[in-house]
Amino acid sequence: MNIIKFLDQFSNANLMAEKEDAVTSRREVFARFGSITKKLAMAGLPLGAAMLSSKKSFAQSSGNTPVQALQLALTLEYLEDEFYRLGLASGVIPAGTRDEKVFMQIGKHEAAHVEFLKAGLGADVVEKPTFDFTVGGAFDPFNESGMVDAATSYAQFMALSQAFEDTGVRAYKGQAANLIPAPDLLKAALQIHSVEARHASEVRRLRGLKGWIVGNSRGEGIPEAAQPIYNGEENVMQAGFDTSAAFGADAGTEAFDEPITGDTAVAIASLFIVQ
Amino acid sequence: MGIISKKKLLKNDLNKERRHFLKLGGASIAVTGLVLVGCGDDDMNNPGGGDDEVFDLGSGDVGVLNYAYALEQLEADFYTKVVNSFYAGATDDEKQVLTDLYHHEVIHRDFFKAAITAAVSDPAMVLPTLEFDYGTLDFNSRDAVLATAKALEDTGVAAYNGAGNMIENPDYLVIAGKIVSVEARHAAAIRSLINPDSTDFAGDDVVDANGLDVAKAPSEIVPVAKGFITTEFTANNL
Repeated sequence: MNIIKFLDQFSNANLMAEKEDAVTSRREVFARFGSITKKLAMAGLPLGAAMLSSKKSFAQSSGNTPVQALQLALTLEYLEDEFYRLGLASGVIPAGTRDEKVFMQIGKHEAAHVEFLKAGLGADVVEKPTFDFTVGGAFDPFNESGMVDAATSYAQFMALSQAFEDTGVRAYKGQAANLIPAPDLLKAALQIHSVEARHASEVRRLRGLKGWIVGNSRGEGIPEAAQPIYNGEENVMQAGFDTSAAFGADAGTEAFDEPITGDTAVAIASLFIVQ
Repeated sequence: MGIISKKKLLKNDLNKERRHFLKLGGASIAVTGLVLVGCGDDDMNNPGGGDDEVFDLGSGDVGVLNYAYALEQLEADFYTKVVNSFYAGATDDEKQVLTDLYHHEVIHRDFFKAAITAAVSDPAMVLPTLEFDYGTLDFNSRDAVLATAKALEDTGVAAYNGAGNMIENPDYLVIAGKIVSVEARHAAAIRSLINPDSTDFAGDDVVDANGLDVAKAPSEIVPVAKGFITTEFTANNL
């Protein structure tokens, strides 16, 4: 199978060409990346509270206590866990390949993270949301619609995997400071964080990219509307030190991964959550 | 700050005490030997006391930053040697990865030097430039270079994971977080160069049944790192 061909198909949005309303819906959905957080911030509402009001869910977890940090983490792990379960069951991952080994290993870790965080949260555990990895029909990573071929679905699956892993790395990093009051939890969160980074590196390499993030580049095959996942990664100033000075901005930005806030992580995850 | 200068004072006092004690003990070499055995390593290396004493990484955030700086110096030095003379038969992908790692680690090293220098009141609290000796390591051997790279990157990940909750300043914690995930990306890439068709990128040897990566305390990391570092230093206050 030719990975470049997959990526071209994906980036050309061939998958959606057949169905104009789905293209529109995808555009709408991704446009929300940019607007949800801002609007809610202006309205003074916690993002989750507005989106999911009554249930005890990740909605309430975008705060700054250790418990809220872990609730956000659990929500992201639920998302990854279900994504890989469905992907591995769907048949889109070529059987007997390196890729299958990789995604089985990643899926094993995400399942373990869910159990670990549930055990750690105890009574504070949040419910698993209902996910829609098609984002209202814009994607077909599990080849369920019958509208795209398996190769296209697999290219989407890999692109979403990269997006989830890179988002996970940024989200855990963004919660680290909130875990300072709970040193053991901070340590465990860091131990998960670096596993997500190992995953991200491998998935990116399977997609023909570098294992590290160059500037704020999302790489081929990920729609421009998903750019908020990578915005901010172009930062070259670290505590007053210019990381681009020695070898240029690419190397400087690669050398440091940037965090995202809880609200941004929730906004990204929300795209894949029905309720 | 003043942590180190206070310690220096303390140690100078101890050295004085020791000299007094040696005088009191008379000229017997045997007695002197016994006394020296009872002294700490740094005193052994620094019998005269004074300013040329063995550097201690320090305590608190400065200590952790110096600790990270020591590891980044090692990584930067190693990859500098690797890219200055690639092993025979290195593929384009391998050269690209190793060159990127060289860039990243040099940037990390220089970042820590700048950050620690800015954070301390006394430049003497910044870990000096270290010297390295790789012994019989064959830089022309793909297996040796990649195995060493893997060990260094996995060690870096474990070190940052183990030191994170020793950091008091949230800004430093976030910066350590920005670096450790890049080290983990490196570790996965090197592992996948060594054994591509496998789960080694996040293998069961480094990720446990809870899905957690390795975390190690400075007391576990420093002795290993010192296998390559010839400059004496101590980590007595971490």
